[in-house]
Amino acid sequence: MAKATTKKAEKPVKTEKQAQLNGADILVEALIRQGAKSMFAYPGGASMPLHQALVKRRDRIRTVLPRHEQGGGFAAQGVSRSSDEIGLCMATSGPGATNLVTAIADAKMDSVPMIAITGQVPQKVIGTDAFQETPIVEICRAVTKHHYLITANDWARTEDVTEALKSIPRIVKEAYHIAKTGRPGPVLIDFPKNIQIATLDEEIDWDPPMHLPGYKPEKRTVPPEQIRQILAAIRRSKKPILYVGGGVINANAAEELTKFALKTGIPVTMTVMGLGAFPGDHPQSLHMLGMHGTVYSNYAINEADLLLAFGVRFDDRVTGKLEEFAVHGKIVHVDIDPSELHKNKEAHIPITADVKDVLVALNRELGDDDIPQIDEWKAQVAAWKERYPLTYRDAGEWILPQYAIDELWKQTKDRDTYISVGVGQHQMWAAQFYKFAKPKRWLSSSGLGTMGFGLPAAMGVQLAHPDSLVVDIDGDGSMLMNIQEFATLHCEKLPVKILLLNNQHLGMVVQWEDRFMEGSRAHTYLGPIDHPEWLGKGDGNIAEETYPNFVTIAQGFGLQAKHVRKKSEFPAALAEMLASPEPYLLDVITPYQEHVLPMIPGGGTVRDIIVE
Amino acid sequence: MRHVLSALVMNQPGVLAHISGMLASRAFNIESLAVGETDNPEFSRITFVVSGDDRVLDQVRKQLEKIVTVVKVIDYSNKDFVERDLMLIKVSTESRPRSEIKELCEIFRGKIVDVSSGHVMIEISGQESKINAFIELMRPFGILELVRTGRIALLRDDLAEDENV
Repeated sequence: MAKATTKKAEKPVKTEKQAQLNGADILVEALIRQGAKSMFAYPGGASMPLHQALVKRRDRIRTVLPRHEQGGGFAAQGVSRSSDEIGLCMATSGPGATNLVTAIADAKMDSVPMIAITGQVPQKVIGTDAFQETPIVEICRAVTKHHYLITANDWARTEDVTEALKSIPRIVKEAYHIAKTGRPGPVLIDFPKNIQIATLDEEIDWDPPMHLPGYKPEKRTVPPEQIRQILAAIRRSKKPILYVGGGVINANAAEELTKFALKTGIPVTMTVMGLGAFPGDHPQSLHMLGMHGTVYSNYAINEADLLLAFGVRFDDRVTGKLEEFAVHGKIVHVDIDPSELHKNKEAHIPITADVKDVLVALNRELGDDDIPQIDEWKAQVAAWKERYPLTYRDAGEWILPQYAIDELWKQTKDRDTYISVGVGQHQMWAAQFYKFAKPKRWLSSSGLGTMGFGLPAAMGVQLAHPDSLVVDIDGDGSMLMNIQEFATLHCEKLPVKILLLNNQHLGMVVQWEDRFMEGSRAHTYLGPIDHPEWLGKGDGNIAEETYPNFVTIAQGFGLQAKHVRKKSEFPAALAEMLASPEPYLLDVITPYQEHVLPMIPGGGTVRDIIVE
Repeated sequence: MRHVLSALVMNQPGVLAHISGMLASRAFNIESLAVGETDNPEFSRITFVVSGDDRVLDQVRKQLEKIVTVVKVIDYSNKDFVERDLMLIKVSTESRPRSEIKELCEIFRGKIVDVSSGHVMIEISGQESKINAFIELMRPFGILELVRTGRIALLRDDLAEDENV
């Protein structure tokens, strides 16, 4: 007896009186035990008990109140994309839950681990069109990696929730496991209110075994013969190229990739998700490829005789016309998701594996004889780089968006800086002109392309990295889509800096109108309908007042804010913002006439590349 | 090309909806789908007939395997398997004698399971080609209604089945 008592005293967790814990407490407790440090959550009727459980534990988990559930979802992504933590967001049932859907779909497309929790109406009324009821699991099936609806097993006896309560730690453990292993992705847990408020009188096992017979993401060991095959292909190649993507970032393999690239001398091009996998300002970097990638990266991949495609998915924004993409190249495709191999492009050496394991093996096995003789190729690539540099014109006193980003890079490259973006021209210019030195510093809604991503994502980054500089480069269209989050920045004391590139237009669509639709403006001017620009008949004067007045708005929310219109005033204005300890908006008025170049029109080939 | 795929899945609410939603959203062409519990109530088996080339089939299989509640997917192409389709068919006996139907039934090893003054109901199982042939033979009598399960299939060699759960 005495012995047993001592043993119990050693493990206080096991003896914790469970009587006080309700379902909401159990869920929050389970999340904390899995390592949760923060949560973005917007309360409502069906999630109030969860908020009570969170506030009771506020010394162990910080709950941030976004001003819209979508903002909370993107903020959670901000945590996941910039750190090794898994971002959490929560909403109530019905509209709260549906407002999360875009952020969940976005996480799925970009393979971002995230856990979304939604309150649900009591199990007894599920299916009756109850107030604020939506079948969120049904809605989200196709856009989550996995999903749970916590219920009593017997739908005829929904009051019997003991087993449901006891299953919560297992579900949370599985959700973490699924979100972060294999190809990462979002997991949804839908939680009916009656189970949130039900209490459990039995002991609870906080570390139960998982039950996932259909989920086997364990790393397959890379067969040595496949490594030898890759090395043989490299040895024989005359024009190899490394084509790397988000998989390298997710696998935390940037260091191994850089080591491998430097050892072999093979030029590196990155997808928009792969930026930061290899130092952007290194001479061996060909920077981004694809639709708005550099001319030299697209030339190089078109000419290459060997593609080392690591953690990429041959997305249409990269390949253009698939049949003509990299036609001369043998393809080594490494991805952790077997369904990506041969999906868009047939690979000659397909390998299902964690790209880090492959790179570690390659670095280990790479002998001096394996280093390819590619001086001629390197010279060719360097010549292309010389001939078609990424550049922008001199526009006198106007502040070109490319210049603004270039200047931001110059002023922040020596600090540990995180950059998030919205979607559109500014996003592509940021990808082109901000040279990322390290992985996980660049946050872009790349697959889904969700406007309004930048500001809330930056919020999440700032929460995860309170002492780092976090800059949201945004457009005036994207800015308005989640502008309510200014309140979160102020109230939750998150000193995000916003570089707003304000051209009064939906610039990317304008660019397509200019290129392919004779400049006909169709709802792409963001000012009043009686303004001549609405029909594209303005004089292009950007000196007049802009709409809306973002500075007044930001100040109204308690942010510091300033307009800047002249290039000569820009560096100082930017420096002032970057030095501020507060959240700060710099409204930069830019001309809308600029196009993102180079550009390969959708479905085109490298021959169609537009450079001016 | 038509292929038969068999998926062992967790017997939980929503699994079938998830799978059929995935197939539809990725524009895969499914000709038939049959589902039922296995001997272990924790699992169900779904049999699909998919049309498409090898690449389509490869994608269907991999996308199915990605679903967390799908335990295992087996492609029966080039394997030795038994396949069956079960049909219930109501045929009119108004215009021609019932004995003719009965005779054809016997040839096809079907069974008359219900008789009324104006029609008979026949149960018949077998390979799809046999079922289709029987339907054609019944047409002249007047088919009132019919229902089919879709194809189910199982490998003859049970070794492949053992390694899964």
